[in-house]
Amino acid sequence: MTNKPTQQKDELVVKFVGDSGDGMQLIGTFFSDASALAGNDLATFPDFPAEIRAPHNTIPGVSGFQVHIGQSKIYTPGDLCDVLIAMNPASLKSNLKWAKVGATLIVNESTFDDDAIAKAGYTTNPLTDESLSNYHLVAAPITSLTKKACEEFGIDLKTVDRSKNMFALGMLCFITGRGMEHIFHLFDKKFVEKPKIKEINKTVFRAGYNYAETAEVVESVINVPAAAAALEKGRYRNVTGNVATAWGLLAAAEKSGRPLFLGSYPITPATEILIELALHKSLGARVFQAEDEIAGICSAIGASFAGAMACTTTSGPGLSLKSEAMGLAVMTELPLVIVNVQRAGPSTGIPTKSEQSDLNQALFGRNGEAPLVVMAASSPADCFYAAFEASRISMETMTPVILLTDGYIGFGSELFRIPKMADLPQIHPPIAAANDPNYKPYNRDANLVRQWAIPGTEGLRHRIGGLEKEDGKGNVSSDPLNHQKMVNLRRDKVLKIADRIPLQDVIGEEKGDLLVVSWGGTKGATLSAVQGMQAQGKKISLAHFTNIMPLPKNTEQVLSNFKKVIVPELNDGQFVNYLRMKFPHIKLEQYNKVQGLPFTVSELTEQFTKIMEGK
Amino acid sequence: MDKKFVTIPKSETPLTKEDFISDQMVKWCPGCGGHAILASVAKAFPNTGYKKENFVLVSGIGCSSRFPYYVNTYGFHGIHGRANAIASGVKIFNPHLSVWINTGDGDSMAIGGNHFIHTIRRNIDVNILMFNNKIYGLTKGQYSPTTPMGVETKTSPFGTIEQPFNPGELVIGSQGTFFARAVDTNPKLMTEVVEEATKHDGTSVVEVLENCVIFYDKAHEKITSKETRDNNQLILKHGEPMVFGTEKNKGIRYNPGKGGLEVVTIGINGITIKDILVHDQYSKDPGIHLMLAKMHLPEFPIALGVIRSAAFPTYNELFEVQMYEEQKSSKIKCMDDLLNSGDTWEI
Ligand SMILES: Cc1ncc(C[n+]2csc(CCOP(=O)(O)OP(=O)(O)O)c2C)c(N)n1
Ligand code: SF4
Ligand SMILES: [Mg+2]
Repeated sequence: MTNKPTQQKDELVVKFVGDSGDGMQLIGTFFSDASALAGNDLATFPDFPAEIRAPHNTIPGVSGFQVHIGQSKIYTPGDLCDVLIAMNPASLKSNLKWAKVGATLIVNESTFDDDAIAKAGYTTNPLTDESLSNYHLVAAPITSLTKKACEEFGIDLKTVDRSKNMFALGMLCFITGRGMEHIFHLFDKKFVEKPKIKEINKTVFRAGYNYAETAEVVESVINVPAAAAALEKGRYRNVTGNVATAWGLLAAAEKSGRPLFLGSYPITPATEILIELALHKSLGARVFQAEDEIAGICSAIGASFAGAMACTTTSGPGLSLKSEAMGLAVMTELPLVIVNVQRAGPSTGIPTKSEQSDLNQALFGRNGEAPLVVMAASSPADCFYAAFEASRISMETMTPVILLTDGYIGFGSELFRIPKMADLPQIHPPIAAANDPNYKPYNRDANLVRQWAIPGTEGLRHRIGGLEKEDGKGNVSSDPLNHQKMVNLRRDKVLKIADRIPLQDVIGEEKGDLLVVSWGGTKGATLSAVQGMQAQGKKISLAHFTNIMPLPKNTEQVLSNFKKVIVPELNDGQFVNYLRMKFPHIKLEQYNKVQGLPFTVSELTEQFTKIMEGK
Repeated sequence: MDKKFVTIPKSETPLTKEDFISDQMVKWCPGCGGHAILASVAKAFPNTGYKKENFVLVSGIGCSSRFPYYVNTYGFHGIHGRANAIASGVKIFNPHLSVWINTGDGDSMAIGGNHFIHTIRRNIDVNILMFNNKIYGLTKGQYSPTTPMGVETKTSPFGTIEQPFNPGELVIGSQGTFFARAVDTNPKLMTEVVEEATKHDGTSVVEVLENCVIFYDKAHEKITSKETRDNNQLILKHGEPMVFGTEKNKGIRYNPGKGGLEVVTIGINGITIKDILVHDQYSKDPGIHLMLAKMHLPEFPIALGVIRSAAFPTYNELFEVQMYEEQKSSKIKCMDDLLNSGDTWEI
């Protein structure tokens, strides 16, 4: 350890930016995992370019990764960073705006040649023109120092160049007081099959670490103490939202005894769920990469008919393709979980950027009167519970459920307290008994739920489909009054699901001056803003919704207890208009942003303050 | 690979046609080819020996897609064009079901073309019965992807200007492992072909030339009418020479100079039965099968019966092998294992 003075910090935001090939995601993940091992709470967010490899040294080619670590509970990847690691001029140029004034900038000086400087859109070299005087600039010749450190290995220049990210990581770890042991533990695991790469990385890492120390690049070392006090006791891991979603689905399959079937077609930012589930054949997961989204959902409907815990995963444009088939699932009253990882639309939109703009599509995007359940996950780790709950409701009520997540929480990660499977509720699908003489496809129980008669079972042969069915018997029927009855039944069945979901909770006082109403992936930002203002004594509370259709039974009550209500959303006002439709007498303010970017805590705080002050 | 995983349970008691007749009123037009197809299938199903609870019939939308309502099995009437995708899900989830797809020329080759070719390419172990009436029946007479060039329909009042698909060509071009053609006027052949389709492991496609009496009556008349059928049909039998004609003296010969098939007459120009091609439905090479599927009037007779039935690994068998191997070798046996895998720590 160093003998430099340490500076205690409650939290720290680090952003890693560089060219797409510079390995920023990798060192970002190493730093996050090492911080987690050191006991910090954290949240991360990768910021991918849309192109796989845009031209070298250009702004479209910049790839980023942000991590927020803390000794208290961390809810977002952070607004602005305290440390920015920039591996080339383009990444510095495009990300300086995300650094706090006074932030430490670790910059790879070696890449600042005239050509790269010009490509980034600078007219003069920012490292020497004094334009960065408001920051603590640490300009280090990272590439050439890496080359030197690698001399002993006699390796080619390309490999040398690829390990320069480890030099930066070494510098960062010195500056943030992270010992080498956690990083080296992670290297040992990650590169277990590539011992040479592991040695190179360790050497380069050490060189960066020592360089930061001997060159005295900072006056004091930052220390963010472990978060043990803020976190519930238990076993933890880091998890991204997409992986958590996949695991929630698998957990529901285990708890229901119905093996999982996934029919899916790759699409950013949902593909990682498909990739994760494809790994788990050993858990009985049957994964089918279909020829398109329509085949994805239709195969899932077929599997559901055959008795699977069926799901399909996609993002906005894919959800559009699934519309007709969702209606089929509504009509046949089969369980089906449709996960939609929202991204910026319309059309292809901005695939790698996040939004909440598919809510209308989820609620209304089908022909006919076709209600289904709509839920939303709040954070990367919450994706696990949301996917589990979506599956539970779908199977227990024989109703398709759309689960909305988004690219921000899907790609983002946070600490996840590992549950014990024994602590999760058992799921009870209404499976029809063999040879039941009273079985009829559309007979219902008190909750209006029909039974699941699974092919292969004796004595239950029956036929269902997309044509309107006669109540009870299930024969094809175009009788007007029967149609009315079936429409009402399908609606009431969905509304009755409100009995199975928890009441809406309010974070803070139940009455007050301002209620913030948010849903889905914005929870980290709205909660941080609201808690910050509560700490200043403001009468502000948060109602964060995960159940959208049906709404919790006490929604109207919750909304009525405040002088003002504001609904911030990353869309043009979809949830607020849904609430207005349901509760036309309640006045609702809105704050909307549709830039493909998450809310920052500071902009929300500003908006909430404004509205509380009546501006 | 030895077949070990995909099996369908057998019925303990012998079944009859009556076991498969549903209580629903059959609503096809009188004289529609659908009736004959239904009768043939109901006759073929008991002969498979499978348990009646293990049949699943899946359809899309169209007159043909009403089929599952009329058969007493598990049935699923889907949406237009998607039967192949729905059925793929059924079979991948539970390979121990005998899965049948009832579809039309529009359902499978227009709106559902994508699912059709990919199901075939994957060799998913399902049986596709495609009713080819060369018209959109249910929507009352618009042209379909198999309507011959120039035919006047409601949406081609001046005749179509599109080249039709030949389903057999499409199937074989999509790596199809089984293709058979039948006609609604020959129930015996149809029952045989359906039984062959059942025996085949992998996607089997049976194209049934079906007459829509209302919107395209006599579409197949040259092939099926008493007067012309003997000269216009070639009923293929594995291991037998491809002879046809009222006099049984015409045959199909492979002409290397032409690089293709030709019709020859036995007894003329020194042609003997030895010159006639012998049908090998099991040949893995699709060359001759494709030529047979493509034969069309008036130059050639229309090939009927099983044109191709080649043994290739099925998607489902390969899938089950992977499931089995993974379950045997993976350290992750339950969700608790997965949740605690990788880097975790205690707080
Ligand atoms: C999405 C959708 N598009 C269009 C239709 C209308 N439609 C129903 S059946 C059909 C064509 C049926 O033709 P085919 O598949 O040949 O079946 P047939 O009735 O001839 O047996 C069409 C266009 C539909 N039901 N759904
Ligand atoms: S319209 Fe044609 S295909 Fe449809 S039932 Fe009538 S005859 Fe058969
Ligand atoms: Mg047709």
